[in-house]
Amino acid sequence: MSADVAPAPGVSTLRLQARRFRRNRLAMASVVVLALIVALCFLGPYAFPFTGEDADFDNISAPARLTWPHLFGTDDFGRDLLVRVLEGGQVSLTIGFLGALVAGVIGVLYGAVAGYAGGRTDGVMMRLVEVLYGFPYVILVILLSLLFGGGNVALFAAIVFTLWLTPAVIVRAQAQSLAQKEFVQAARAGGMTGPAIVVQHIVPNCVSTVIVYGSLLVPEVILSESFLSFLGIGIREPQASWGNLIQAGTAAMGSDLRLLLLPGGLLALVLLCLNFIADGLRDAFDPNDR
Amino acid sequence: MLRFVGKRLWHGGLTLAALVTLTFFVMRLAPGGPFSRNRKISPEVQANIEAAFHLDEPLWMQFGRFVWGVLRLDLGPSTRHRDYSVNDLIASGLPYSLTIGLWAVVIATLVGVALGLAGALRRNSATDYLAGLVGVIGIAIPIFVIGPVLQATFALRLDWLPVGGIGEGWRSLILPVIVLALPNIAYISRLTRTSMIETLRENHVRTARAKGIGWRRVLWRHTLTGTLLPVIAYLGPATAAIITGSILIETIFAVPGIGRHFVDAALNRDYPLVMGITLLYGAILILLNIATDVIRAILDPRIRNER
Repeated sequence: MSADVAPAPGVSTLRLQARRFRRNRLAMASVVVLALIVALCFLGPYAFPFTGEDADFDNISAPARLTWPHLFGTDDFGRDLLVRVLEGGQVSLTIGFLGALVAGVIGVLYGAVAGYAGGRTDGVMMRLVEVLYGFPYVILVILLSLLFGGGNVALFAAIVFTLWLTPAVIVRAQAQSLAQKEFVQAARAGGMTGPAIVVQHIVPNCVSTVIVYGSLLVPEVILSESFLSFLGIGIREPQASWGNLIQAGTAAMGSDLRLLLLPGGLLALVLLCLNFIADGLRDAFDPNDR
Repeated sequence: MLRFVGKRLWHGGLTLAALVTLTFFVMRLAPGGPFSRNRKISPEVQANIEAAFHLDEPLWMQFGRFVWGVLRLDLGPSTRHRDYSVNDLIASGLPYSLTIGLWAVVIATLVGVALGLAGALRRNSATDYLAGLVGVIGIAIPIFVIGPVLQATFALRLDWLPVGGIGEGWRSLILPVIVLALPNIAYISRLTRTSMIETLRENHVRTARAKGIGWRRVLWRHTLTGTLLPVIAYLGPATAAIITGSILIETIFAVPGIGRHFVDAALNRDYPLVMGITLLYGAILILLNIATDVIRAILDPRIRNER
């Protein structure tokens, strides 16, 4: 037993999955486009000598002529449309990614605990999820954003509160089967406490599922934000978000369609990219699915 | 089977009760009240108005009053629309919402299933790509973007259809129904396509072909039920999507349905109206979820014997 057995020059699963994802052209193109849009939204406004809330009274409702400084013209308050759309993008994208992250973390922890604990605890915890699932989503999100008093934080809390359910259900199913595995039993026999097992063994083993479903959460959060802002419940003027810009664009579409098309088109493009990325991730993580 | 239905109904009732209770207390805890936005009125008058709507009573008494009202199918007077009861408002708005919602479901199911089947049977054909394109559009472009764009194109520029309202009968329904159906067409066609492709790979389909049964007959008799199971399971979420969508559609196309009432009522703290519409939406969603489960249980013995 002295001969060394060289381990096969293996490729880790994660690297394999990353390679599969990189080979997906549509998904990679979406990553590039999305990165460009994010960079544009967060850096673009610095290129202009004004902010989206500054009114230029000499150029009210200026048309889109692609001339400096108002490339896409101004709205009826003389505010630069492009800068407003970019600043609105900052709000929508931040809420989208942060919201998906927070909802994902809550859902994963909840599901992992329920699935690992099993029995009565699991029953009670999943009963709650089931009840919340039966609620009409719109009603819940509108009520919660009212309860928290309106504004950005309220909107964020309401969206997170309604979107953590799906990751919770999915992770719980996985945690349930993981809890029966030998390595978890070994950890328990070795004296590891429940919370430590959940954090160190259950959650890391759910990571691929979480990434796939987490990537689907981002467009959902962005959609919810713009949906509520469109209805006048979310982010309010003068702060811009894609939702309230689209709303303003709808009100003005009789005279000027670009107020609607610029924010609406950008929102659609972002949602499109996010969906392609989510599809690519799913294909990369479980290729049997297709 | 009867036990299964009974159990689901019991759970559904509990969910509805939880929803209504939560809505009641969240509404009251939210800052502002139905009369706090009025122009200045003397405190005595305000107190009088609030007393007329029983808003001066302790919360638990108001809740009891509400529950008693629900049991008698009386949802009380609206605080925003003077002289109208919530029952009146729902009765006047529901027909519009239902018409648009039902048509959207019918069209979404028919078109979605057709596109999905066509895509699955002729993979990578032009039809398949067209279906994929519709799917992408339906999922990525939100209702509140595509709605106004279609409105601007077909109503304002081309003047083929009315911009909004309900003045022109079926012609006013075309745009709202199409826009509301679009995201669901996308989901249903995707579901049908993957499900059909999976079913075609099943052993029983191969056996049926091997026995010499014609292709057409295999498709109709051996694959359709299996293919449509996930589509039927989507009926519940589709209802939720239609409810969400109808709120937007009614705002965009100025349809006097209950979705629009709901947003207005929530913003104006019209407590009785919010409660009435929540109860209605919740009941519709929960009943359709149960109906979905029952249909699936009838079609699929595995689900029936699960519990």
